[in-house]
Amino acid sequence: MSFFDGFPVMDADTLTALKKAIDGGFRAFTREFGATVEDFFLPLRSFLIFVERLLVTTPWPVVLVVIAGLVYLASRSWRLVAGAVVALLAIGYFGMWEDTMRTLAMIVVATLMSVAIGIPLGILMAWSAKARAVMLPVLDVMQTMPSFVYLIPVVMLLGIGKVPGLIAVVIYAAPPIIRLTNLGIRLVDKDVLEAADAFGASTWQKLGKVQLPLALPTIMAGINQTIMAALSMVVVASMIGVQGLGQPVLKAIANQYFTLGVFNGFAIVGIAIIFDRTSQAFGRRLQKHREAEHA
Amino acid sequence: MPESQTSIEIRNVYKLFGPHPERYVGAVRDGGMNKAELLDKHNHVLGLSNVSLDIEAGHIQVIMGLSGSGKSTLIRHINRLIEPTAGEVIVGGTDVRALKPRELRDFRRTSAAMVFQKFALLPHRTVLGNVVFGLEIRGLPRDAQLERARQWIDRVGLTCFEDKYPSQLSGGMQQRVGLARALANDAPILLMDEAFSALDPLIRVDMQTILLDLQAEVRKTVVFITHDLDEALRIGDRVAIMQDGELVQQGRPEEIVLSPATSYVEDFVRQVNRGRVVKVAALARPLAGPPAALRMPSALSLADAALRLVEARLSFADVTDGKGAVVGRVHLDEVVRTLARSAGEAEASDDPPARLAG
Ligand SMILES: Nc1ncnc2c1ncn2[C@@H]1O[C@H](COP(=O)(O)OP(=O)(O)OP(=O)(O)O)[C@@H](O)[C@H]1O
Ligand SMILES: [Mg+2]
Repeated sequence: MSFFDGFPVMDADTLTALKKAIDGGFRAFTREFGATVEDFFLPLRSFLIFVERLLVTTPWPVVLVVIAGLVYLASRSWRLVAGAVVALLAIGYFGMWEDTMRTLAMIVVATLMSVAIGIPLGILMAWSAKARAVMLPVLDVMQTMPSFVYLIPVVMLLGIGKVPGLIAVVIYAAPPIIRLTNLGIRLVDKDVLEAADAFGASTWQKLGKVQLPLALPTIMAGINQTIMAALSMVVVASMIGVQGLGQPVLKAIANQYFTLGVFNGFAIVGIAIIFDRTSQAFGRRLQKHREAEHA
Repeated sequence: MPESQTSIEIRNVYKLFGPHPERYVGAVRDGGMNKAELLDKHNHVLGLSNVSLDIEAGHIQVIMGLSGSGKSTLIRHINRLIEPTAGEVIVGGTDVRALKPRELRDFRRTSAAMVFQKFALLPHRTVLGNVVFGLEIRGLPRDAQLERARQWIDRVGLTCFEDKYPSQLSGGMQQRVGLARALANDAPILLMDEAFSALDPLIRVDMQTILLDLQAEVRKTVVFITHDLDEALRIGDRVAIMQDGELVQQGRPEEIVLSPATSYVEDFVRQVNRGRVVKVAALARPLAGPPAALRMPSALSLADAALRLVEARLSFADVTDGKGAVVGRVHLDEVVRTLARSAGEAEASDDPPARLAG
């Protein structure tokens, strides 16, 4: 009764052959299309480099003022502005300004990409049950598959560098905004939608005038989660050549530099908190009409 | 402004709610199955069963009935928010069922505005933003949108609340926003699903007056759902009464009050003050003998007629039409008998001898 003693496994030779075949196939694909794929991502690369340069080469006081201004515009809270300025000054004082700017560039571009891809996909999911049936398992895979696993094909295709790092970050960071856009649109009150129908609104008018505005607070929550997810990928991305706060952390791990690790770790935390509080305050301001009960 | 020429014909409409309505509509139509049986046997809800209703252009059609009798379902068939399972809905000569998506949108934008039972306001927009909504959808220039919206906001008495959000308003105020939103669209058809139900009595009468004034100016085709019989009788040119998805009686308000078709309708009209609803015209008899010493217009209510006769110490009067010509005669004893009958019914309906006496 060997059936019960050990799990009936595929015969070792077949298994090896299978793995080899798949790997071989993918390598062939890479040889064939690697260059094409790389060309496809060229504009993205230029954009990333542009943002990075902008942040790194602009004199630090200007960057600081602009960031403080953006934080204020989004949150209308001077406390938050003060917190952000203090955090950035500390980061600069401990010699991490440039790395922080590179990471910031990465996060900004990754978030923009996630929004650009995620909102349309989320809308599609909300509209079509079929799209939903396809997308949900894909999103599950994107969020739970260990990032090292999908780094392998990305690196095989694109090599080491900024773009593969960015793609890895987006794969992990886009699902929240896709999910929450879908959710936000589907949570819109049926009665309100019916009223829009009754007044003869077209699909796009409903989307623009009713569904998206009402889903906006939920979508903002998605953007917030996306930013946090992107930040949590900083170290992983640095393993395949993305510059920024992740690389000193890697160095710290390899050489057991405790302080270096902690400093850079806290810099990441600092940026995360600034992003988080600011985007949450912005989200809250968007739903003012809900908080305003009988005045 | 031109008089609305849009009549509404609803012909043999059936609506079943459930996964396979077309499968069971036959059982209702040909097998005579009722709402309870359909739910029991096939687990489908009977929304409407063989409803036919002609609504004349420029008139106010009131629809009444208990909760769940299918009033909202019926009114949603007119602008096809709900598709009939069987039957026809013809608005202004066009079959609403046959409209293509684009045509349907145009029809909804320009021909039929709706006020919702649950208000259905846009929570992220201010009062002004809500009232311009329909005009925005139609693509009017922004100035025209704002001007018209402000005019209607004024008219429903919300002038100072233009910049408030719905969540900052009381239920009655929200309902008036819904009303202004629909009226601003200036469509020839107005669909009003319990449009005044959340209003307090004073504002309610105000809104009824607005509607009647508007009717005097432009004559829209109005379908008006209400639970309040006094309201129905005040504004309705015709009244239809629904029960379990069926239309049990329709006619002029007086007809329904004076001769209810079923005991269900009778329950509905029992509380009505006939003195105010019924006009002397309904009791006018052919002329006989010399002219009476008193004349009264045919649209006078019975209560007022009784008062005038008593004050003049007369037992009969002549009834005149709009132009002053005598069309019949009405007797005090009959007026009193009709009044007493309604009062008696309201207190003790199981006392038929009282009706015959006198
Ligand atoms: N979408 C739906 N799915 C299933 N059943 C429905 C649906 N809409 C309405 N019904 C059923 O149809 C019947 C009529 O409902 P409708 O809303 O038309 O009643 P109503 O006369 O407007 O009542 P109310 O006075 O409470 O507003 C009810 O039994 C209701 O349960
Ligand atoms: Mg209803």
